Amino acid sequence: MEYFLLFISAIFINNIVLVQYLGACPFMGTSKSTDVALGMGGAVIFVTLMATAITWPLHQYVLIPYGIEYLQTIAFILVIASLVQFVEMFLKKAVPPLYKSLGLFLPLITTNCAVMGVAIMVQRNGYSFFKSMMYGLASGIGFLIALVIISAIRERLDISPVPRVFKGVPIALIMAGIMSLTFFAFQGMAA
Amino acid sequence: MSTITKEFVKGLWDELPPFRVLLGLCPTLAVTSTAENGLGMGAAVIFVLTMSNLIISTIRKIIPPKVRIACFIVITASLVVTVELLMQAYAYPLYQKLGIFVPLIVVNCLILGRAEAFASKNGVIPSIADALGMGIGFTLSLTFLGAMREMLGNGTVFGTPVMWESFQPASFMVMAPGAFVGLGLILAGMNAFNRYLSRKKGEKEPVSQNSTCASCGACNSCGQ
Repeated sequence: MEYFLLFISAIFINNIVLVQYLGACPFMGTSKSTDVALGMGGAVIFVTLMATAITWPLHQYVLIPYGIEYLQTIAFILVIASLVQFVEMFLKKAVPPLYKSLGLFLPLITTNCAVMGVAIMVQRNGYSFFKSMMYGLASGIGFLIALVIISAIRERLDISPVPRVFKGVPIALIMAGIMSLTFFAFQGMAA
Repeated sequence: MSTITKEFVKGLWDELPPFRVLLGLCPTLAVTSTAENGLGMGAAVIFVLTMSNLIISTIRKIIPPKVRIACFIVITASLVVTVELLMQAYAYPLYQKLGIFVPLIVVNCLILGRAEAFASKNGVIPSIADALGMGIGFTLSLTFLGAMREMLGNGTVFGTPVMWESFQPASFMVMAPGAFVGLGLILAGMNAFNRYLSRKKGEKEPVSQNSTCASCGACNSCGQ
């Protein structure tokens, strides 16, 4: 039950983009069409899971025993950057169809705060390994849901009569604000 | 105008982050619930950006082009760790308020973007001018957005009450939705102002400059 609640809360109540503001750059940058949004969301779920699976043991079994927790930032970003490189190379060689759909987005993910944010957050919250993986998966799903919804809205907005100065990013940001407001309603339901 | 002044000034208006080029949206949205937080985050970014541009432009000829992004990340990450330790020592309350977004400066697209687009191609002095201009522009923008949200959402600016007595704060503005809506309104305002300026000059209407593509620092690999 505890895990189920954590899962639901990470997807809806504490949605990573709309409530915690992590990953706002790709949220705006890759939400112009639903196909791109699906690809990016899939890639984020994948990389978040992999990154959590590697950074959690790294922090618990290397950084803490040696008393060098302050190097967390530098260790995590290096691990994530090289992980993304490896995943890209591996997919290119071993699973070409998957590489075709996700490959384009992988380099973008190195600079995605969502991945790094989840890795740091599970350490600050003191989650166990299994809980961390659940949290990573749920955050990725939350990102995918938010991205797909906003991309669908933006596709409709493109053909709607929007005031000239609001065209493009400004109206998308305001839509994101309204979406964020709806996600805030889940907080009332959980309480 | 000399080139150095030009590099400095462009960060203050023409390429003002994050309003004109959408770089570094996460901290922009997350820490601007008060003006003070915006200012603190801006100061940290100025430090990291200036130092990283300085270091990268100094060793730009030694960095092998193939692994340059990795090199930039290592340099930025070391600087961010420095900032983290400095803040823990001298500005602990601010460090706690900014929370997870201090270590996340390392993935701030603004820093990687400037390293890739400017410092790796230009000399030391122009790179510092560029970093200072961009950093100060970023700080001013964050402080402005923070002040606006704090004023509407809490009735204060930098903790001092500024609104009239019967003012009802709209707590919506200091929460996440207010961040998105506030930034959207500012971007639209900038667009309107630019249209007005160019119409006054009798030029053609400018294309909206809020490109999202520059926002990731990985332009080469993106292909969009």
